[in-house]
Amino acid sequence: MSDVLAFAEQRAGQIGSAAREAVSTAARLAGQLGGSAHVITLGGPGLFESAGVLGEVGAALISVGEHEALLEYNPEGYAQVIADHVRAGDFAAVILPATTVGKDVAPRVAAMLDVPLASDVTSIDVDDGVLSITKPVYSGKAFAHLSVDTVPAMVTIRPNVFQVEQHAAGGAVSTFTPDIDPSAWRIRVIERKAAADGALDVSEATTIVSGGRGMKDPENWGLLESLRDALGPGVALGASRAVVDAGWRPHGEQVGQTGKTVAPKLYFAVGISGAIQHLAGMRTSQTIVAINRDADAPIFGVADYGIVGDLFEILPRLAEEVAALKAAD
Amino acid sequence: MNVTVCVKRVPDTETRVRIDGTGIETTGVKFIVSPYDEFAVEAALRTKEAAGDGAVSLLSLGDASTAEPLRAGLAMGADSALLLTADVGLDGLATAKALANELQGSDDALILFGVKAADDDQQQVGPMVATLLNRPCVTGVASFEVQGDRAVCHREVEGGVEVIEVDLPAVLTITKGEYEPRFASLKGIMAAKRKPLEEKEATSVPERLRVDRLSEPPARAAGRIVGEGPDAVPELLRLLREEANAL
Repeated sequence: MSDVLAFAEQRAGQIGSAAREAVSTAARLAGQLGGSAHVITLGGPGLFESAGVLGEVGAALISVGEHEALLEYNPEGYAQVIADHVRAGDFAAVILPATTVGKDVAPRVAAMLDVPLASDVTSIDVDDGVLSITKPVYSGKAFAHLSVDTVPAMVTIRPNVFQVEQHAAGGAVSTFTPDIDPSAWRIRVIERKAAADGALDVSEATTIVSGGRGMKDPENWGLLESLRDALGPGVALGASRAVVDAGWRPHGEQVGQTGKTVAPKLYFAVGISGAIQHLAGMRTSQTIVAINRDADAPIFGVADYGIVGDLFEILPRLAEEVAALKAAD
Repeated sequence: MNVTVCVKRVPDTETRVRIDGTGIETTGVKFIVSPYDEFAVEAALRTKEAAGDGAVSLLSLGDASTAEPLRAGLAMGADSALLLTADVGLDGLATAKALANELQGSDDALILFGVKAADDDQQQVGPMVATLLNRPCVTGVASFEVQGDRAVCHREVEGGVEVIEVDLPAVLTITKGEYEPRFASLKGIMAAKRKPLEEKEATSVPERLRVDRLSEPPARAAGRIVGEGPDAVPELLRLLREEANAL
């Protein structure tokens, strides 16, 4: 009962950073508890070929469930297979990434197993053999320190917050065919439309370029896109509530209490004054840069670095110099 | 078409949170229907209007003061409301069980939730209730349309949109998408006073995920203004690269 299970999500057969964070966290906790890290990953035939990398981030046992019907995420199949896998083992904790898939499947698994779930946690540790869990509440205006009475403890962990540690030994990979009956599923995915220009979701991006009212007009978003493109892969556009409410940007980009809570390595707040509900949603970012005309804007109170001035002059120069810097690397 | 909407009373999102032990200081705090739940109420009203018949019922778990946001939902146009009185904590499964106990006998085609509550951000009670009731559930629905015995849902996901078909009866959790909530008219507010708002005690479910304490978010070290105007850009990039190691 000292083993820890992680769910490693794949997309298009690839294991992403959120999955590696979940596995590495499972390995750390298992180490503290004197057990080992088990991983379950689900997908289509051939997934085992990319699952081996999970050994490098601490997985001792990697169970790869391969089935045509699991190629793409469907909550009915995924929840059942994960719950069956947890029941068949003896785990102190079960860890899933708080991605769109993780947040969708984890509550179903928790209800099937009759254990509570702590969502979107930002720290989990073992103190004297007991798990201590912290998660932001009120969108980060406060942190709740939690204890859980059940075994296993179930959590989803916020992307970009947990360290990925490299391990020397590779894990043992075993493949199984999940016992599922897709014809009984009551949910069917009819169509998947990729976002324009392969945009990345703000909650998983390692860098976010966010714009607010100071951008003055939705037509001006090209300036933010130039900066995003200059910064390279892993960068998403974000937005303040004001510009989403005004219909300038889609709600999926909104950062803050009625949008998404984010924790990227680098956050650019451009033309955002810093309303309390926006600050709550981005204050756990590692490094914050603010660009604003008003030197007294609240955003400068949480920013590590600020530039005061006209964003229409600053942004083009910033995009240009970032591009030059990246080109020189 | 009958629709039940589960709503939660939360502090206004503009609230400055003051910590008081395992909770927050509520004196002087304005409480509202959680914004995502308002989208769900709007979605339910539009579904009823499109069907041309049926009723929208509100269901909430909370203390007696939750009656106030339920009245607000009735003023928007919901037909009736039921408040299950209980102390609500962070254990979403305990909340889900109390709601599922009440919904067990419901034959409403749709049970709607907001995608998450604006206070604890757990994002779990909707799919948990669905699992307990053995109903299918689609989360994060930006818009949906009922077509006979199924609903076609548009769902925001990383890097795009999914179109999902779900058999009814179903549970959906609603995000902002197309459902900008309507304002209650004066007539609606007056009518709400005469609509049924029942109160009864929730079945008691023990909480197994407990808040030991709340703490302030980690303070951010005071930042600095690098400079003014575009000429500050090179210094900003130097700091981001050499000091913050962020570029």
